[in-house]
This record gives sequence, C-alpha cells and structure tokens, in this order.
Amino acid sequence: MFIRESSIGTECKALTAKLSANGLTLVRGERCLFEGLEFALNPGELLLLEGQNGSGKTSLMRAIAGMLSLEDGEIFWNGEPVLRQRQVFHGSLVWLAHETGLKGDLTLVENLEFERVLRPQSTRDAADIFERLGIARLQRLPVRFLSAGQQRRVALSRMLLADVALWLLDEPFTNLDRDGRELVIELVEEHLASGGLCVLAGHQDVELAATIRKVCL
Amino acid sequence: MMNGSTAQQPGLLSGLIATIRRDLLLAWKRPGDVLNPLFFFAMVCTLFPLAVGPSAEQLKFSGPGVLWVAALLATLLSLNSLFVSDFEDGSLDQLLLSPQPLPLLALGKTIAHWLSSGLPLVLISPLLAMTYHMPADIVGVMMLTLTLGTICLSLLGAIGAALTVGLHRSTALLSLLILPLAMPVLLLGANTVSLAAANDMYLTGIWALGAYAVLALSLAPYATAAALRISNE
Repeated sequence: MFIRESSIGTECKALTAKLSANGLTLVRGERCLFEGLEFALNPGELLLLEGQNGSGKTSLMRAIAGMLSLEDGEIFWNGEPVLRQRQVFHGSLVWLAHETGLKGDLTLVENLEFERVLRPQSTRDAADIFERLGIARLQRLPVRFLSAGQQRRVALSRMLLADVALWLLDEPFTNLDRDGRELVIELVEEHLASGGLCVLAGHQDVELAATIRKVCL
Repeated sequence: MMNGSTAQQPGLLSGLIATIRRDLLLAWKRPGDVLNPLFFFAMVCTLFPLAVGPSAEQLKFSGPGVLWVAALLATLLSLNSLFVSDFEDGSLDQLLLSPQPLPLLALGKTIAHWLSSGLPLVLISPLLAMTYHMPADIVGVMMLTLTLGTICLSLLGAIGAALTVGLHRSTALLSLLILPLAMPVLLLGANTVSLAAANDMYLTGIWALGAYAVLALSLAPYATAAALRISNE
C-alpha cells in the first residue's frame, strides 16, 4: 500500500498515459491554420511542433490544452475525448508558455505556494528543485526584480513541482542562456525516461535520446 | 484512468482559499489599486455638499442617493482591473488549466475583490454620512444596504470584467454591460435608505437586496467562469 503511494504510483500513472488527436482543423479569422492534423503520442515520447512564426504552433498548443475550440477534430487523453474529462486532463498537465504566469509583486515562494493547490504535488523537495534550476538564492526577491531568463527558470520549476504526465512547453528556450537550454533538455529527457509525455513548440532543432514525433505546420 | 490521481488532488476549498489569499496579498503589496476607488468615493461624497450648499434639509434629502451613486461608480472603477493583470502575465491560463473548478476560483477572486474594495467603502461610509447630517440609526441601515449592494456589484461586475478581459481600455464597455444589472441594486439601496430616513417601511428593500445578493452569489461565478473561457480563446 505505502510503496504504491510513494514511488511506483507516480510511474504507473505516466506509463498508462497517452495523448492522441485526429482530424484537427483550426480556423482563425479568415485563415485556416491546419486541416486534418493527426498525431499519437505514447509514454516516453516527445511531440515537436515545428513551423515559422505565425504558423499556428501556439494555437495548436492552446487547442491541445483545451483553451481554444477547434473547428473540427478531437483530442484524446487515454482514449477518452478531452472535452469529456476536462478536470482529469487538466490535473495531468502542466503548461509553460511565453508569459510566465508569475506575479511580479510576489516572491518566488509566494508564487509557487499559490500554484501548489492547482496541481497534484510531486514528492520532490522544493529546495532541491530551486538549487538545480539555479534560483535558490532568489527566493526572497519579488519576481519582477529578476531578469527575463531568471523568471523563465522560476516558471520551469512549475514542471518539477507538479507530479503530472504531460508537459506542454511553448518555446521553452526563450530568454535562456546556454546552460539554461541544456537544463531544459536534460529535464525533458528525464521526464520522458520516467514515462512522461511532452509537447514542445520551437523553431530550433532539439536533440534528445527519446523518440521524437514531428508535426510541421 | 490514472492511478491515484484523485487522491493526490488538493481539496476543493483549498483553491478558493488560496485564490483569496493570493489576491489579498497582491492588494496589500500594491495598495494604490485599492485606495484609488476609495479616494474617488470619498471625494465625490465630500465635494457634493460644497457644490450644493450647506442647507441641512437639502443634504439630508440627497445624502442616500449621492452616497449610493458614488459607491456604484467607485466599484465600477475598481472592477476593470479584476482579471486584466492575470490575463497579461499569463496566470489566467494557469487558472484555466487547473483541475480546480473554475467557478470556485472566479468566486475566490471576486471575494478578494469585495474584501479589498467593497468592504473598505462600507467602513468609511459612516464618516461621509456625517457630512449629510444622517442620524445614527439611518447610518446603520445605509451600511447594511451598502454591504449587500457592494457584494452584488462585485459579483455582477466580475461577469463583465471577465467578458471584457481581452479588450484594451474597456472601462466604458464594462460599465455599459453591468449597468442594467446594477440598476436594481442602486434603486433598492438608495430608496431603502431614503425610506428609513422618512421612518417608512424599509425592511422590504433590505430583504430584496439580500435576495438579489444570494441570487448573484449562486449564479454569477458560473457566468464569470464561462466568460473567462470565452474571452481567453
């Protein structure tokens, strides 16, 4: 009983997770961004969304998260349509977008304290996570005093603090230095190795040890 | 289905409480946003007697109306910023993507808004009522109606604020959207205080305001949540 709760529980969760979509069509204004788009993502795999600026990467990402309504098509989480189990689906994803979603007036700890209630918590130690992301000494400062790259690192800690199977990362490398980029790739690799799923939008090539599926927009 | 996912989820009320706590903390760290509408309220209420003249009879007669109109406008002024900063820094996305029910989170934000804008307004109103020669027992009635009224206005205003969150400089549109719903609150509130001042039956007004507040409390969070989903597309 206890063992299942602590260690194996999290792995089982990730291993059964599956994200798929078929016939996705999205029209914004007069423009059709994509039509009949399909993908299937198994545990330990990364979905890379490629495309030029304005090609609809972020829109597709928002559609996957359920924030944009699609013209046609459906997205499935574990074989069930996402729209019919929104709460379960939202409880198993973490979202990292261009805007960091942090309150400038609050400190890092106050920001994350609030987010703790939004998602299932991982058993990882918060202090270790801050240390690893290189933000441990910034804990007492209001977030608006941090540089753009530092703020992005704070936002990254959201992925480690939550114990979820699906990471949705929209341009995660923005504003990060070389160490930061490597760190993101390392974190994604670890997440995938433990059976998690990841959707990543970006224009650079990503080299990973895991299976990468690509969607070109 | 995912193993044990429900066991790990935080409880329902924790989301509500955390939202209230965070927004109050933000209001504490940025007091300007809270004080602006309050100053506006105080200024309108103190300037009016100066412009109209010191006749006690006239001030007694117009007092309830002026206080109520000023309270309504001050609340409308403060509503605009309810969701805008969350929208701009991306934390609205995080709220929308949380497994917590969105109506509860929206209610949490609304409660925090009332605590930081409606409640201070009610608390300073007795001071301002003195300018209008309002007797002490009427001041009690006025505070009660203002309490119920600002609760209604915060709840209804949250719907409008959610609908206009993606638009820039939308204060006028927000006011226009909310006014039809806010009008009964103003009429009931101001008239109840006037009736109380004339020693007439005023309890009906208070019951009606209370009923309106309960109705808003039970329906507005759902409307606000739906509006947030639509305007964040």
